[in-house]
Amino acid sequence: MREVATALRLREGGPTVFQETDSVLVRTETLREFAERGLEERSANGEAVLLDGLSKSFGERRVLSEFGLSIPAGQLLAIVGRSGCGKSTLLRLIAGLDRPTSGTVSVGGAKVQSLQSNVRLLFQDARLLPWHRVLGNVGIARANGWRETATAALADVGLADRANDWPAVLSGGQCQRVALARALVSRPGVLLLDEPFGALDALTRMEMHRLLERIWREHGFTTVLITHDVAEAVALADRVIVIRDGAIALDNPVDLPRPRREAADTSAVALQARILEEV
Amino acid sequence: MSTRLLPAPSAVAAAFWEGLRNGTLLTHAAISTERALKGLAIGGSIGFVLGVLAGISRPAETVFDSSMQMLRNVPHLAMIPLVILWFGIGEEAKIFLVAVGTAFPIYLNTFHGIRTIDVKLIEMARVYGLGRLALFWRVILPGALPSILVGLRFSLGIMWLTLIVAETISASSGIGYMTMNAREFLQTDIVVLGIIVYALLGKLADAITRLIEARALAWHPAYQPAATRAAP
Repeated sequence: MREVATALRLREGGPTVFQETDSVLVRTETLREFAERGLEERSANGEAVLLDGLSKSFGERRVLSEFGLSIPAGQLLAIVGRSGCGKSTLLRLIAGLDRPTSGTVSVGGAKVQSLQSNVRLLFQDARLLPWHRVLGNVGIARANGWRETATAALADVGLADRANDWPAVLSGGQCQRVALARALVSRPGVLLLDEPFGALDALTRMEMHRLLERIWREHGFTTVLITHDVAEAVALADRVIVIRDGAIALDNPVDLPRPRREAADTSAVALQARILEEV
Repeated sequence: MSTRLLPAPSAVAAAFWEGLRNGTLLTHAAISTERALKGLAIGGSIGFVLGVLAGISRPAETVFDSSMQMLRNVPHLAMIPLVILWFGIGEEAKIFLVAVGTAFPIYLNTFHGIRTIDVKLIEMARVYGLGRLALFWRVILPGALPSILVGLRFSLGIMWLTLIVAETISASSGIGYMTMNAREFLQTDIVVLGIIVYALLGKLADAITRLIEARALAWHPAYQPAATRAAP
């Protein structure tokens, strides 16, 4: 079944192909069965993330104060908040790009001191190197056997046939898929996503949601997704937290069967309304 | 019109043929080219290395940049009397002048190219675990390359200009010497021939740079065939 879906994706005719893929899924397998099978297949590659008493100030401005959060291994957590609420800062602290003013971040039980090799960050803009071809971008770290791993990662995101193209000829959605492949190459324990689908059109965004969900289920990494799109959070996450004024305003599990369809059922809509109230 | 002022085109063509036949033209052109390239190699390397240092390190910028900016504004041909005193009229004098002239455009453009690299790409490279050397070879140098090549094209122009002047003042070989020598004997056909040879050499150098650009910047949207460009 998955092979069929992948094959269809590889052919890549845009959203219509994806809708076909879905109807194939619905015909041959109930959603419930699919979800359960997905859960069994989920491998345990994720690393738990623990934030303890985390504070970060930029000069006089305090962005996060005494922030505490525990993310179990393999969870897909969505963080929702207004711009400037400190959610991107939080992500940069987990990635080790910035140092906290006080408090600690630990990933997989080890304290984060600097940039982590098992944590990968997906930026809002894809940040591909325009002077390397797609394959070279995916294997940017040039680890041993990078051509093979990069080719496999590209196939995973359905772009195997674009390996020798320049990034300049790709569309926005394709760039983000290449960036996702680049993050997957090193088999990270934690994947951080900083509004990676914000700049994409609605159809491409839904495509990317399906892709991310599938890859997350296959790889089992812990995922932190930052978004200001509540529907996106409810469609993808196991758990949604709302950050307001540098603190958690709402921490809510999302107990909906997978794969989900945005705004497909009433419980999802009710949950979206509740989150929106808190934001 | 008197041939003392301007020769007939046929006379220039005849001089060209005669020069090719007895080999003097190629000898002089080869000597000029050799001087030009030696000077460019020395000056370009110095400009590139200083530009990279100033571009990637703030302390190096403070050390080099203001002095480079000051020296850049001195017309390097004004140094000819001094250069003759230092080096005499040997090869070193001409190569030195070309090196001085070509170093600055490459320095400036290398420095500027490195400073205008998207910091987001550098941050991405750090997140993805690139070390200092990998960062330089895979992000900084390719990112600055379009700018460096613009510097190279400027330098090529200055390279020929400097050489023409240097060879007319003090030389016993080269295209500049050939034309100055011809002037003494009122051989205007040779003088015009020399000018044409300079133009051809300059054009050749420019064509080579274009080839380098097309190869090295193949990734750049501006160097791709229109059909393969993605719609915005």
